[in-house]
Amino acid sequence: MLAKAKTVPPPEVLDGMSHPMERYLRADRLPHIWCSGCGLGTVLSCFTYALDELDLDEKEVGVVSGIGCTGRAAGYLDLDSYHTTHGRAIAFATGLSVAQPDKKVVVISGDGDLFAIGGNHFIHAARRNVDMTVLCVNNFNYGMTGGQFGPTTPIGSRGTTAPYGNYENPFNLPYLAASSGAVYVARWTSLHARRLKESIEEAISIPGFTFVEAVCPCPTNYGRRNKIGDGLDELKYYAERSVIQHGADPADADLAPGNDIIVGRFLQRDRPTFLQSYEKQILDKQQFVKPQGMGKGPHRTSGATSTDGRGTT
Amino acid sequence: MADRILAGTHFLNGDEACAEGALAAGCELFAGYPITPQSEIAERISRRLPQVGGVFIQMEDEISSMAAILGAAWGGKKAMTATSGPGFSLMMENLGLGMMTETPCVVVNIQRGGPSTGLPTLVAQGDMMQARWGSHGDYGVIALAPSSPQESFELTARAFNLAETYRMPVLVMSDEVVGHMFERVVIDPDAIETVERKPPNAPPGEFKLYEPGEDLVPQGMPALGDGYRVHVTGLTHDERGYPVINAETQADLVPRLREKIARAADAILDVEETDLDDAEVVIVTYGISARTSLGALRLAQAKGLRVGMLRLRTVWPFPSKLIAEIANRVAGFVVPELNLGQMVLEVERAVCGRATVQSVPHAGGGIHNPEAIVDAIEEVFAHAR
Repeated sequence: MLAKAKTVPPPEVLDGMSHPMERYLRADRLPHIWCSGCGLGTVLSCFTYALDELDLDEKEVGVVSGIGCTGRAAGYLDLDSYHTTHGRAIAFATGLSVAQPDKKVVVISGDGDLFAIGGNHFIHAARRNVDMTVLCVNNFNYGMTGGQFGPTTPIGSRGTTAPYGNYENPFNLPYLAASSGAVYVARWTSLHARRLKESIEEAISIPGFTFVEAVCPCPTNYGRRNKIGDGLDELKYYAERSVIQHGADPADADLAPGNDIIVGRFLQRDRPTFLQSYEKQILDKQQFVKPQGMGKGPHRTSGATSTDGRGTT
Repeated sequence: MADRILAGTHFLNGDEACAEGALAAGCELFAGYPITPQSEIAERISRRLPQVGGVFIQMEDEISSMAAILGAAWGGKKAMTATSGPGFSLMMENLGLGMMTETPCVVVNIQRGGPSTGLPTLVAQGDMMQARWGSHGDYGVIALAPSSPQESFELTARAFNLAETYRMPVLVMSDEVVGHMFERVVIDPDAIETVERKPPNAPPGEFKLYEPGEDLVPQGMPALGDGYRVHVTGLTHDERGYPVINAETQADLVPRLREKIARAADAILDVEETDLDDAEVVIVTYGISARTSLGALRLAQAKGLRVGMLRLRTVWPFPSKLIAEIANRVAGFVVPELNLGQMVLEVERAVCGRATVQSVPHAGGGIHNPEAIVDAIEEVFAHAR
């Protein structure tokens, strides 16, 4: 028998009060849809504090997300924000980033979206070193669809499609990111709000494909089904079991049940980004003219010249 | 530094001409995945884009190719992808995202035999209904069908203009024979008209991303970093772009996606009429099948039969009104196509029983023998008498 979810009244909005990071939030879209005890609000806050710390103008950042609970993050940010199809946020962000290389493109999405249906795009964007930051909120299950197991669910954990416990090996996300070519890899939990914020700042600042995993509670669909308890209980578990190991080999950072939760900045390295490599290998060698910022193309400055859409006559 | 517009007279195949048409229209980013028989488009544009300040990205599959051009479009670029049957199937979900988010871009399908892997190197026109209905849900479609390398150039360029005008992905439904056929292509820069992206009609704060104009098309599209802080979602959304999950918002949004095309159909439609004035039987066809049909038309005319031809350069929207008018004065229609009868269904709908409609199906892998089309024409005449 599953524990019955506690009924929590909707948050009270106090007159005259606003979120300290309101400049980055669409206040008219709040309150958000996330459950009480969920870590997503914390991660979204950390992201906005990171933008504030970097003093990034609202025009400088674009957020892309896929589908799922985390996928809704884009909708709450008062930035250019793109809520795409399930699994394809990174592919969309590839086009966006190459088109606007002077902007910061951040993908915020969940473990199922990024690593099951979207896994192929993750490894290829990391391999190409496309300039973007991927912030993965890992809650070990498909929350929005009701708690099915996913590509990060630990062996033995229960999900609505793993009623006897999950029997598939999960991904170790930092190891996957590092071996695919990411130039920055970190993991924190939503308990490590300050450190998570700092890692997001670093990831956004470093050119190339950077990856931050944020381990989060999902009390509604994962915690209660796996006897972890509510959101606070899961944070207590993080406090007890997290071990900070900067520079740890991501191969040793497996989140198997019973293991310590190894968190920290695992990796940072220099590799030419997709566009840097493109310039060096193609444009410089062939003496081609560099794209003008790939974002200030000529077609955006002139007005429409035809109303019926007929091209050539 | 090569020119963006390849002015002059050239000997190109349809795929190469398609790539040149994209460049002439202002394409700055191409994302694609190798597949026969479209690879010559990717090969050509991978050589040409770096010469003119653009970027070619070979993606990991066609799903990501479609997603990447949508991202590039929201980055302010004119972007294109090209594929063939299996890749076209993979693109369908993100094509729907493009329709729902009203994102201008161009998708080229060099059709080959299907279903599944089918005939990778051989021609078909079996994706015509997929072009219309391939992604889930309701939306309007614009699809063009070139019959020659020259038209591959012209219609690809036009597809970019239509994409900007109606704010949507526009399809170029070519085929393997047109794609691989080499012919003379004349490119006159003075004859090329381009439509540029409409800037937002109001400053940030006042601008509504999906507020339709009188033409039902959203009024301007800001790029990432223009200061508009847009929210773009594939969820059903209101005029601000915010998701609103209810029947009322769906009723405001989705019918408009069809109606904006239906309302503009006359401006979009592009057909070529041959000997229609005194025709008793009319061939309705498109793409490579129009080339074989022209032979059949001449053979039938040599037999003293009054035959005309309506060649569709836009297949979607379909010229229902025009065909309905013609149906009032002819004995029948013959519809040759390299599939088992797809566009013929639209002809039947338009004709509505007022004339005979004879399909000339072909499963693909080759083109019609003109004699088969002549036989169908004679059958219609026999039926009429």
